[in-house]
Amino acid sequence: MTSLTLVRRIKARPSIVFDAITTAEGIAQWWGPDAGPVLIAEADPRKGGRYRVRFRMLDGTEHECSGEYLDVVRPERVVMSWRWQGGQEDPNESRVEIALKAVREGTEITFTHSRLLDGETARSHEEGWTGALDKLEARFAAGEAA
Amino acid sequence: MSSGELFRNTIPQPNLTRLTTRREAPILSYMVNYQQRLDRTFAALVDPTRRAILAQLERKSSASVGELAQPFAIKLPAVLKHLSVLADAGLITRTKSGRTVTVRLRPQPMREAMAWLSRYERFWAGSLDRLAAYAERKEAEPRGKEK
Repeated sequence: MTSLTLVRRIKARPSIVFDAITTAEGIAQWWGPDAGPVLIAEADPRKGGRYRVRFRMLDGTEHECSGEYLDVVRPERVVMSWRWQGGQEDPNESRVEIALKAVREGTEITFTHSRLLDGETARSHEEGWTGALDKLEARFAAGEAA
Repeated sequence: MSSGELFRNTIPQPNLTRLTTRREAPILSYMVNYQQRLDRTFAALVDPTRRAILAQLERKSSASVGELAQPFAIKLPAVLKHLSVLADAGLITRTKSGRTVTVRLRPQPMREAMAWLSRYERFWAGSLDRLAAYAERKEAEPRGKEK
C-alpha cells in the first residue's frame, strides 16, 4: 500500500548507472543520505543473490540494510527485498525496485520503495492487533539479539 | 529537520499503556509502540469512509456523530465502528457532553506517518544525488579506463 517513488535523470549511460547500483565498488561510492562513508558493501547481483550495506552518517550513527535480489536485468531493472538490520528504523521487510531507461541525456532512473509497513498491516486484518503486535515484538526482539 | 536527525529523534513520545504488562526493555516497547501506531494509522486510512470522515473533520473544527454520519448511506452503528477505529488510531478524539458526542480531528498520528515516510524520502533523495554524481563522474572518465 505505502510506497515512495523518485524519478531522476542522470547524465551517464544505463550500463554505468546499473553497475554503480549493483556492484560493491559502486555502492561504496554513493549509498547513504549524506557524505558519511559506506563501511561495508557486499553485492551478488543475480536472482537469489544477496546484498548488504553498512554506512555511517555524519552524525556518527551507523545503519545497515540488506536483502535479496529478486530480479536483475542488466542494464534496465533491479528488484530487491529490503530490511534494516536490527529493525531500529523499521522492522518490516519492504521492496526496492529500480528501473533504468535510456534517454537522450543518459539515463532516467525510476526508484520505488514499496510495501512499506504492509507486512504487519496486512496481517493485522486477519489476526487483530494483538497477534500482529506479538509477531512484531518477536521479530524485533530477534533482530535486537542478532 | 537536519539530515543528521534521520532515523533518530523523530520518534515521538511513546504511549506505553498497551505494553506495560510486557517485560521487554523500555527501548523495545518504545519502538514497537511506534511501529504499532504507524500500522494503525495506515490501516485506519485504508478505508474510504474513514478518509471521508477525516476530510469532513478537516473542514470543520468539530462535528457531532450525527453530522458526520449524515453524508453516508450507511447506518449509524457502522459509522460508530469507523469512529472507533479512527479513535483507536488516535486520529480523532470524542468528547461526550450530555447526549452529544463531539468529534475532533487529532492530526498528530498523520504527521507521524508523514514524518516516517519522509525519512525514507530523505534517505533516497540524498543517496540518488550521490549516485548521480558518481555515475556522471564515471561517464566523464576516458573510455580507455573502462573494461
